[in-house]
Amino acid sequence: MQSTLIMNQKHQEDLAHIRSMMERSSRFISLSGLSGVFAGLSALIGGLYVYQLFKVNGIEYFTDEHIILSGSLVSELIWIGVIILVCAFVFGTFFTVRKSKKYNLPIWTSATKNMLFNLAVPLAAGGIFCLALIYHGYYGLVAPSTLLFYGLAVINAEKYTFSDIKYLGFSELLLGCISLFYIGYSLLFWILGFGILHIAYGLVMFKKYK
Amino acid sequence: MGIIDKLNKDFESRVRLGIMSVLMVNDWVDFTEMKTLLNITDGNLASHSSALEKSEYIEVKKEFVGKKPKTSYQVTPLGRAAFKEHLSYLEKLMKS
Repeated sequence: MQSTLIMNQKHQEDLAHIRSMMERSSRFISLSGLSGVFAGLSALIGGLYVYQLFKVNGIEYFTDEHIILSGSLVSELIWIGVIILVCAFVFGTFFTVRKSKKYNLPIWTSATKNMLFNLAVPLAAGGIFCLALIYHGYYGLVAPSTLLFYGLAVINAEKYTFSDIKYLGFSELLLGCISLFYIGYSLLFWILGFGILHIAYGLVMFKKYK
Repeated sequence: MGIIDKLNKDFESRVRLGIMSVLMVNDWVDFTEMKTLLNITDGNLASHSSALEKSEYIEVKKEFVGKKPKTSYQVTPLGRAAFKEHLSYLEKLMKS
């Protein structure tokens, strides 16, 4: 009787081991919730700065009228975007590397490469699309497009990391779709999507997978 | 014959279970990555992987990347079927 019990426990442990090895090897689970929080904070600060910039330049943002941006302002906006991206990337990498060291998880695995590749394809296409929008002068569509393509990228990468991330992807996609019709408010949608949603998602993930 | 006797003896060791689990959900996995994933020593991985290769459950590929030798593993159709069978027996045991 006792030997059956011991065997039973061994089998149960075997199953748990199999599950965890499958999970560990196929999904990028070092992704830290704090990465999301700090990426969100970068976007929030950047977005608020742009809002301030518009105010200073006398641009009435919350109208649906076609706004005309000067060349120098456009290049400044692009620079702000690049800085936000770099900050989010640096913070994101820092907290994720820290988490993987803490839990002794390998970082540069095939799961990581798969995740990054699946994330990068829609992002690269979206980046080129946004550059084309700027090139043709459709500035109002840039913010909604970044939300749309980012949402698609996250949904695409979902199978190689925590599957909860798909809810973030769908939310970004939804926000992007709505903001396409409220271009005057797209900065607000952008701050909501990249700032607030990332912070909220990051906090939830941080608590769940600590 | 009871269900317990049907459990595959080749999969009794944790290391072999680990190797098979990793290969079930990935394509080629190289030696170093497998070693870090399972958190085992070189010798340990080498002996268990060659045992699995002997049973024809996994395929071992040795190649040179530059001047460094690189060993990679992939599960064979036979290994996939055997492991699935083993898993379903384990699950049945848990239910009974």
